[in-house]
Amino acid sequence: MFRFLIRRILFGVLVLWIVTLGVFILFFATSKDPAARFAGKSATPATLALVRHRLGLDDPLPVQYWHFVARLLRGDLGYSFATQSPVTTMIKGALPASLSLILGAAVLWLAAGIVAGVISATRARTLLDRGITLTVLVGISMPAFIVGLTLSYVLAVKLQIFPQTGFIPIQDNPVQWFQHLILPWITLALLQSAIYTRLTRGSLLDVLGEDYIRTARAKGLPERRVIYRHGLRSALTPVVTQAGVDIGVLIGGTLVTETVFGLQGIGQMTVQSLTNGDLPVIMGVVLIAAFFVVLGNLAVDIAYSFLDPRVRLS
Amino acid sequence: MSLTDLEAEASVPPASEVPGGRKIEGRSPWQLAWARLRQDKAAMISLVVIILLVAMALLAPLIAKWAGYEPDFGDRKFGVTDDGLPVGPNGHHYLGTDRLGRDILVRAVYGARVSLLVGLLSTALAVILGVIIGATAGYYGGAVDTILARFMDVTLSFPYLLFAIALAAAFGASTPLTIFVITFFSFASIGRIVRGQVLQIKEREFIEAARSLGAGNVRIMFIDVIPNLIAPVTVLGSMTIPTAIIFESTLSFLGAGTDPRTPSWGNMLADATESYTVAWWTLFIPALFLLITTLAFNILGDAVRDALDPRSERLFAAQKANRKKRK
Repeated sequence: MFRFLIRRILFGVLVLWIVTLGVFILFFATSKDPAARFAGKSATPATLALVRHRLGLDDPLPVQYWHFVARLLRGDLGYSFATQSPVTTMIKGALPASLSLILGAAVLWLAAGIVAGVISATRARTLLDRGITLTVLVGISMPAFIVGLTLSYVLAVKLQIFPQTGFIPIQDNPVQWFQHLILPWITLALLQSAIYTRLTRGSLLDVLGEDYIRTARAKGLPERRVIYRHGLRSALTPVVTQAGVDIGVLIGGTLVTETVFGLQGIGQMTVQSLTNGDLPVIMGVVLIAAFFVVLGNLAVDIAYSFLDPRVRLS
Repeated sequence: MSLTDLEAEASVPPASEVPGGRKIEGRSPWQLAWARLRQDKAAMISLVVIILLVAMALLAPLIAKWAGYEPDFGDRKFGVTDDGLPVGPNGHHYLGTDRLGRDILVRAVYGARVSLLVGLLSTALAVILGVIIGATAGYYGGAVDTILARFMDVTLSFPYLLFAIALAAAFGASTPLTIFVITFFSFASIGRIVRGQVLQIKEREFIEAARSLGAGNVRIMFIDVIPNLIAPVTVLGSMTIPTAIIFESTLSFLGAGTDPRTPSWGNMLADATESYTVAWWTLFIPALFLLITTLAFNILGDAVRDALDPRSERLFAAQKANRKKRK
């Protein structure tokens, strides 16, 4: 158990190290004058010189990389040249919007995906199953931004049931927070629930083929109990763990939904930084996102090893 | 006797033998699959839709001539209202104009070129890369496998849009970069499945037979292993195309894909965010083109999978229905 954990943590650290190396090569080593990239298009020669000095760009590349990692370990992600504020502060400021979006959507997509998946699996090869499978196919065929813009056009612009854009912090006004997030939640959850329906259906069908399900049926348990108490419980393990990974991935990955609904979270901040050419922010978000991905995967690995003893031994 | 002859004798004929070269008695698996596919109405409609889309993309200049507008031409006379707003579908512009007075129909038709080109090319590249890396990992095993499989896992677990944006920020958004990004983030899911298949194939007797006849690793890989992958890879490829098309439009929508001046569906939709509240057609027409395309590829892909897999559920359902009828 202990050795398994150590191995997973070391692997996570290795991945993060590779990411820092990749980011460093991408942003520093492929450019003749990285200072120009980090100081923005309208920088004065004095700013350029300052940036060059601060980043130590006159040093050889390995030394630069060492300083780069050292800055990261101190929690210093540099400064945005569009807003002049530290990137860490900007990310912290944008985090509530992103987290509200992701966690709310996760509740929705898990509920919808598991219910649809169970129906689809228990009534496999019926008309209802075909209907759900087709809906899933349509869901997967639709890019998130089209779903979002369509919802926004019909429900916010035309019918004016929901506000079109913006984010209200929950501590300011919980009702408005909720109203502003409904459409983004649905948008983000729609595609995800399609994937989770497939996942639940496949997983439950696998489990229902196991011997112990036959045993449960043979000893005369009602079908309901067999499916929900015996089948679903173990079928949900891969579903829930997948949710852990996805939530980690989505931090910094909700660019489309946030852009469509103007949520001012990490995703929209990143897209705006691309338009402004604000490289320090993009670099910071990539590094933070990588950190969350590794963290999410690690959490899932640990949870898995508790739930399923076979994992520890492999 | 040459090595090839011996191998042919020793190995079970692979499922991928394409008819034509030699006379085959009975029907090959491919003929059987095609016969199954032909009975699937939804798949045949999708196939026709895809052929029409390809024809539309190829004939884009002719359609532009017929409509009377170039894709980049901003029509100040009929294309915008007096208030400078886009005009809806009318006699001059059959599907309306965008906020610069450009003809939506002509731009959407040209957009099909970008979407199909990027979708097909990056899928082809992803399949090649996925097969090579997946087969290498599965075949050689050991440390090679650990490194390659881990690499694919890591690629799959990263928020790819974010990395696409980082690349676009560093190198500037362009069509070749878009193709590279889509290939890079698509090959891993193909590679992982290929690896799994190869792990099974390499334990089979005909591989052992080839090895005992003195065939080397590279020969076994290309003559015995990869031909057996053609069916699963066809399915994976046909499933990757719609994903790649959505990927391209999403990247363009975020400003990290094709050059914003190129008429592509993603760029048109990005443009529509400025105008959709007053001009629905700027949003829904390119969206409809995109939706029809991806749905057609998805349905066809699903049907190809069912057709290539004799144990497929659809077949099962059809048999059950037949049995019921007989009763």
